[in-house]
Amino acid sequence: MDCNRVLVSKVKKVIVAFTLLIAFLSVKVDAFAQSDSATVPVDSVVAKSAQAVSGEHGVAEHGKEKFEPTKVIMEHIADSHMWHFWGHTSMPLPVILYTAGGIEFFSSAHFHHGEEDYVGAHNTYRLVHDKVKVVGANGQVDETASVLDFSITKNVAAMFIAIFVILLVFISIANSYKKRVGKSPKGLQSFFEPVILFIRDDVAKPNIGHKYAKFMPYLLTVFFFILFNNLLGLVPIFPGGANVTGNIALTFVMAFGTLIIVNLNGNKYYWKHIFLPNVPFWLWPLMVVVEIVGVISKPFALMVRLFANMTAGHIIVLSLISLIFIFETLAIAPVSVAFVIFMDVLELLVAFLQAFIFTLLTALFIGMAVEEHH
Amino acid sequence: MELVTPSIGLVFWTGISFICLLILLRKFAWKPILGAIHEREQSIDEALNKAELAKIRMTELTAQNQDLMQQARAERDEILKEAKTLKDGILNEAKKQAQVEGAKLIEKAKIEIENQKKVALAEVKDQVSSLSLEIAERVLRTQLDDKTKQQALVANLLKDVELN
Repeated sequence: MDCNRVLVSKVKKVIVAFTLLIAFLSVKVDAFAQSDSATVPVDSVVAKSAQAVSGEHGVAEHGKEKFEPTKVIMEHIADSHMWHFWGHTSMPLPVILYTAGGIEFFSSAHFHHGEEDYVGAHNTYRLVHDKVKVVGANGQVDETASVLDFSITKNVAAMFIAIFVILLVFISIANSYKKRVGKSPKGLQSFFEPVILFIRDDVAKPNIGHKYAKFMPYLLTVFFFILFNNLLGLVPIFPGGANVTGNIALTFVMAFGTLIIVNLNGNKYYWKHIFLPNVPFWLWPLMVVVEIVGVISKPFALMVRLFANMTAGHIIVLSLISLIFIFETLAIAPVSVAFVIFMDVLELLVAFLQAFIFTLLTALFIGMAVEEHH
Repeated sequence: MELVTPSIGLVFWTGISFICLLILLRKFAWKPILGAIHEREQSIDEALNKAELAKIRMTELTAQNQDLMQQARAERDEILKEAKTLKDGILNEAKKQAQVEGAKLIEKAKIEIENQKKVALAEVKDQVSSLSLEIAERVLRTQLDDKTKQQALVANLLKDVELN
C-alpha cells in the first residue's frame, strides 16, 4: 500500500510537471498561431497583388520572386508530392490515386511542379496547392469528382526512411544481444539499453503494474517510432526535414492505436466505471456521457499534443530563418542563426520529451484500464 | 484548417507501416532484447544470491573450524592431564614398592645381623668358657700344689653348689 501511494504521488508529480510544460509550450503555439493568422491576410493580399502584377507584366517580373513567409512555412510543414532539396531541385514521388474508375499510379514529375496537367488512364489530373485534383472536360478543376490520394508523399517517404532506420538499429541490437548472451552491452546496444530499461522500469512498470510485459512491445515501438521521426524531422537535409510527427494524420493513427489498445484491454472494473459509475442514479445519464467523452478525449489530447508541439517547433525554426529574407539583409543572420540554434536544441529536448510523454500517457491509460480494484 | 485535417493517404500509410513496424520489431527486436535483458538480470540476481549463500556458508565453515580447533585443544589438554596423572600414579606406585622392598631388605638385614651377632656371641662365649677353663685349670694346677689350698677351694666350691 505504502509503495502504491508513493508511486501514485510520483506519477502525479510527473503529470503536473509535464502539464505545466505542455501548457507553456501550447501558450507559445497559440501566440504563434495568432501572429500567423494576423499575417495571413496581409500575405495573401500581397500574393494576390503580386500575381496580378505578374499576370499584367507577363514574364518581366519572373526573375524576382516576392518572399512570403507564411506560404513558405506552411509549404514546409505541410505534406508534399515532391521532396524539395534546394532551389529548383526536387525528387518526384509516386502518386497513387484511387478513383471511381480504378487505381492510378504515376510519378509526380509529370505535374512539373503543378505547371502541367497529367492525363491518366481514367481522368486528367492537376496539382493545385500540392493537392491532386481531377480536371473536368471544360478544363476546370472538378471538385465533385471523388479521388482518394494514397500517394507516397514526402511524409510517407520520410516515415518509411525512419522505419527502415529503426528496423536496422533495433534488429542489429537484437542480434548483438543474441551474440553476447549474458555479457554487458556494447556500442549501440549500450546506448539504447538504458532507454529501453527506462521505458520498462519507469514508464511501464509503475503505471501498468505486473501486467506490463504484454504492453512492452507497443510502448517501445511507439516511443522509438515517435523519437526517430522527431529527430529525423529536425535534420534539415534529405533523409530528414519532413514534418512527419507534426502531421495530424500520423498523430491521429498513433492516438487511435492507443485508443484501441486501451479499450481492448479494459477489464470489468474499467467498463463498470464508465457505464455504472459510483454516483446517484439520476446522475447516470450525465456521467456515462462524460465518461465516454473521457475515453475519446484522452487519445485526442495525445494526438493534438504531439502534432502541436512538433508543428510549433518547425514553425518557430522556419520563422527565425525567414527573418533573414523578410529583412533582406545578412546583418540579421547571426541573430537568426543564434536563435535557430537555441530552438534546435530545445527541439531536441522536445523530440525526446514528446516521445516520452506519449509513451507515458499511453502507459498510464493502459494502467487505468487494466487496474484491479479490491 | 488544412493543417488539422488528416489526409486519408497518410493515415492509410501510417496505419499500415506502423502495424508492420510493431509486428516486425516485436518479433525480431523486442522479444530477443527484453528476453536477453531479463535473462541477464536473472543471472545477475542468481549470482548475487549465490555469493550471499557462499558468504554464509563460509562464516559457517569458519565457525565450525573454530569449534573443531577448540575441541582439539580441549582434547589435547585432556590427554596431557591424563598422561600426567598416569605418570604420577606410576611414580607413586614405584616409590611405594621401593619403600616396601627397602623395608623388607632392612628387616632381613636386621635378622641376619641378629643371627650373626648371636653366632658371634656364642663363639665368644665358647672361647671365654674354654679360656676360663684353661685359666681355671692353670690356676687349679698351681693352687693344687698346696693341700690346704685345695681343701679351701673344694669347700668354697661346695658352698657355691649349696647356694645354687
